[in-house]
Amino acid sequence: MSRSRNKALAAALIAIFAVVLAACSSTGGKKATEQASAPSAGKANTPHYTIAMITHAQPGDTFWDIIRAGASAAAAKDNITLKYSNNDDPTQQATLIQDAINSKVSGIAVTDPDPQAICPTIKKAVAAGIPVVMFNAGVSNWQQCGGMEYFGQDESIAGLAAGKRLAAAGAKHVLCVLQAQGQVQLEARCAGVKQGLGSEGTMTKLYVNGTDNSAMLSSMSSKLTQDKSIDAVITLGAPVALVAIQAIQQASSQAKLYTFDTNAAEIAKIKSGAVQWAVDQQPYLQGYESVDSLWLYLTNGNVLGGGQTVLTGPAFIDASNVAKVAQYAERGTR
Amino acid sequence: MTQATAQPELTPPSVRDERVGRGSTLARLFARPEMGALTGAIVIYIFFFAIAPPFRSASSFSTVLYFSSTYGLMATPIALLMIGGEFDLSAGVAVTTSALTASLFSYEFTLNMWVGVMVALVVSLAVGFLNGWIVIRTGIPSFLVTLGTFFMLQGLNLALTQTITNQVASPDISSLQGFSSAQKVFASSFTIGGVNFKISIIYWIVFVLIATWILLRTNIGNWIFSVGGSAPSARAVGVPVAKMKIGLFMAVGLMAWFAGMNVLFQFNTIQSGQGVGNEFVYIIAAVVGGCLLTGGYGSAVGAAIGAFIFGMTNQGIVLAGWNPDWFTFFEGALLLGAILLNTFIRRRAEAAK
Repeated sequence: MSRSRNKALAAALIAIFAVVLAACSSTGGKKATEQASAPSAGKANTPHYTIAMITHAQPGDTFWDIIRAGASAAAAKDNITLKYSNNDDPTQQATLIQDAINSKVSGIAVTDPDPQAICPTIKKAVAAGIPVVMFNAGVSNWQQCGGMEYFGQDESIAGLAAGKRLAAAGAKHVLCVLQAQGQVQLEARCAGVKQGLGSEGTMTKLYVNGTDNSAMLSSMSSKLTQDKSIDAVITLGAPVALVAIQAIQQASSQAKLYTFDTNAAEIAKIKSGAVQWAVDQQPYLQGYESVDSLWLYLTNGNVLGGGQTVLTGPAFIDASNVAKVAQYAERGTR
Repeated sequence: MTQATAQPELTPPSVRDERVGRGSTLARLFARPEMGALTGAIVIYIFFFAIAPPFRSASSFSTVLYFSSTYGLMATPIALLMIGGEFDLSAGVAVTTSALTASLFSYEFTLNMWVGVMVALVVSLAVGFLNGWIVIRTGIPSFLVTLGTFFMLQGLNLALTQTITNQVASPDISSLQGFSSAQKVFASSFTIGGVNFKISIIYWIVFVLIATWILLRTNIGNWIFSVGGSAPSARAVGVPVAKMKIGLFMAVGLMAWFAGMNVLFQFNTIQSGQGVGNEFVYIIAAVVGGCLLTGGYGSAVGAAIGAFIFGMTNQGIVLAGWNPDWFTFFEGALLLGAILLNTFIRRRAEAAK
């Protein structure tokens, strides 16, 4: 009978609905999270501009959420429309830059992890009369590429500082975990760590697939099992550090964990002691300043930095100052 | 006048006629689809055992098994689908879709974790149904249809995560009710003799056994082979071809849900770009294990051995301490060697029959 079948269907739907309603969680979830918004500061009355931000973000890397948060905050304040795009393949990133040139945007903010592939397109943008500001990657040769300003961290200096601090902590064999191959800023960090360690210790590199958690867990765990002399693991990204915690546990290793860059979950791990310290390059500041400096140039012809890099790091976040940073990290801006 | 002549006694020839013979047990064993893969696995195991001392320890083996199981869980239904004559290129990102659905649904509505898990099951089965239905209705090769759904799911993963949470990774769900019980079910670990093993290994073995039983001992298994061998002939003898193919795609969806839950409760947060590229590993594992790209031949045990070969190769290279720049070269070379060995043994076995 179709009537009894309809009744049965209706009863089933009501039952499912009731179960779902009754299944609300009393802990955790979105309700529990404080929805504090990023700092906002009114809106400028300058003309409207469109700025394209093109990065080499790997899909799923939370580091770039923080950069975007900064860029969006600046765009909201400066009456700017922000067009964000990313691709971790350098040739495809160059194509995205070309798309921005063809769309005749007012300004371009770009990262340069592979100068050979990306510099030529940046020069084309400058030749087309579009001001270009660079940030985060490509610190050694941004002037030759035609960039106006550069916001970021000198990765060699950051690596050197990290290496010295590792040596001071007594690390003898450091494992440097790179989540992508062929990116100059990641290579510079590991090279800096090696230099900072000097004669106090040795550094070994391990390449993992930053987009696959299971593969990262297995590779790091295998490496730590293979080489029992590793007493320090330094990762170059927050998601990798979070997986490294599990890998160290799985390999029953005594190695201590350090990292570059942070996210909210990782700040909690610094608080709990699972991660010793993190090198912070203030990605929110990088994103914010890239957009804001273009606005200053477009509205008032200002250029920041005097042809030199404007440094946003390194700063160390460890147990002594993590409490202050934690409140900002939870809302996704540190 | 006829003379009764004594008919000579007809005795059977003393040599057995090989046309009705059973063949030696060894030849029959080697003709099975998974034997080439097993030989390859043994060769690779011995190879890494010899050159990489850390490979010999039980905890390394546990890591190799865990790594293999993350691919093996999906390689099993993909093998069944390939025996049935179809491809599914969206399997890699379908795992991430399932995990993201469970995580985001429970988090955004602050529900018990198990509600999200069930919603993810419905979504994964629906995606599998959609794949199968489009293939059946339009007659377009499944390679192309699932290529389209692969790109669509990849985009949905990234876009919906960004729109809903403003981030590229799913939020922390460990404080939701039901998380710890779900974690116990999907991603716990147990210790044997001081060595930590993850439960996904057990689930992988169980699902392979179920799939093998279905293939070899049930009507449905016969139908899968016949549909993959020749769909028109299968239809002519009364096999419900459309239902079988849709069912196979939904089986892939079901395992994508399971693999997604395993990844979700192992790592708590999911990166929205995960899973791209894994679909080829599943197909490679099935092919190394003896599945033909044209369908109608293969086994689930073979796909499990293929996933194991992939895991041993991948982790063995790390454990041997080889130069990481050469990593993918060695991986490809070893896989090619395994496939060649597999083909060689199968041809020898079939020639000897």
